[in-house]
Amino acid sequence: MENIEQRVKKIVAEQLGVPETDVKNESSFVNDLGADSLDTVELVMALEEEFECEIPDEDAEKITTVQQAIDYVSANLGK
Amino acid sequence: MSLEGKVALVTGASRGIGKAIVLDLLAQGATVIGTGVTEGSAAAISDYIAEAGGKGRGIALEVTTDGACEGVVDAIEKEFGAIHILVNNAGITRDNLLMRLKDEDWDAIMDTNLKPVYKLSKAVIRGMMKARWGRIINIASVVGATGNAGQTNYAAAKAALFGFTKSLAKEIGSRGVTVNAVAPGFIDTDMTRGLPDEHKAKLLENITLGRLGEPREIADAVGFLASDRASYITGQTLHVNGGMYMN
Repeated sequence: MENIEQRVKKIVAEQLGVPETDVKNESSFVNDLGADSLDTVELVMALEEEFECEIPDEDAEKITTVQQAIDYVSANLGK
Repeated sequence: MSLEGKVALVTGASRGIGKAIVLDLLAQGATVIGTGVTEGSAAAISDYIAEAGGKGRGIALEVTTDGACEGVVDAIEKEFGAIHILVNNAGITRDNLLMRLKDEDWDAIMDTNLKPVYKLSKAVIRGMMKARWGRIINIASVVGATGNAGQTNYAAAKAALFGFTKSLAKEIGSRGVTVNAVAPGFIDTDMTRGLPDEHKAKLLENITLGRLGEPREIADAVGFLASDRASYITGQTLHVNGGMYMN
């Protein structure tokens, strides 16, 4: 079973069409990985599906880096 | 049968233009869910879908009820899978001169003709974006483009659909979802049958083809925009009005 960090990074790479090696913990979706606003919405959708949860809009807006996504998932789901 | 395997949602499907649209999409092979305001109209929609030998059914939806639009999309997705085609057709009129127009008349039009377009579109685009294929078709009106005395509320809501259509088309075009509007002219339906005869005679003078349109003639345009034949058309308003208004 992969851990949360690996699963998040895999989804980010798939959604944004970047190699997994480019996805660092500190990477910003928009500034480093070339995501536009719609990409970030889709990314949150993909995270919701992977971790079977619903991420409220006000929380989703605060997830702008890979680490923030990992932290959010770890804190709220702990799966 | 190019829409085989596709799921379509058509609001205001119990009669007139909405019913013609359902029949067109069924003929193209889509599974079609048509909405009517009451359980009775939903049952009638189920009946004519079955009679046409098509897949799908009617479902009751009062678009102004809180949470109803989202609930219907949820129920359809559970029963039939993600929605590929949304036709926002449901609409009413509350005509009066602006000086006589009541707040209730204004609000009823916005709540019925405009707000559900936002709500339903928002509820279905997730599935469309994931599928990388989707069609949203908004039924506007010629009066949204030309204006019409006595219809400030209706014309305002219909004109709003043009801006909504273009903006949403730009938002989600990169995901293979097209958003278009069809603007009918004067079509022979219950809505226009209520007009006084002298008013109708005057209208006819302005229609190049010299007659009212048939619901099927609007459905043909919608069926085209829903199909893969219209895959490179988005953000457009297709005017279907017998030459009454030339864009």
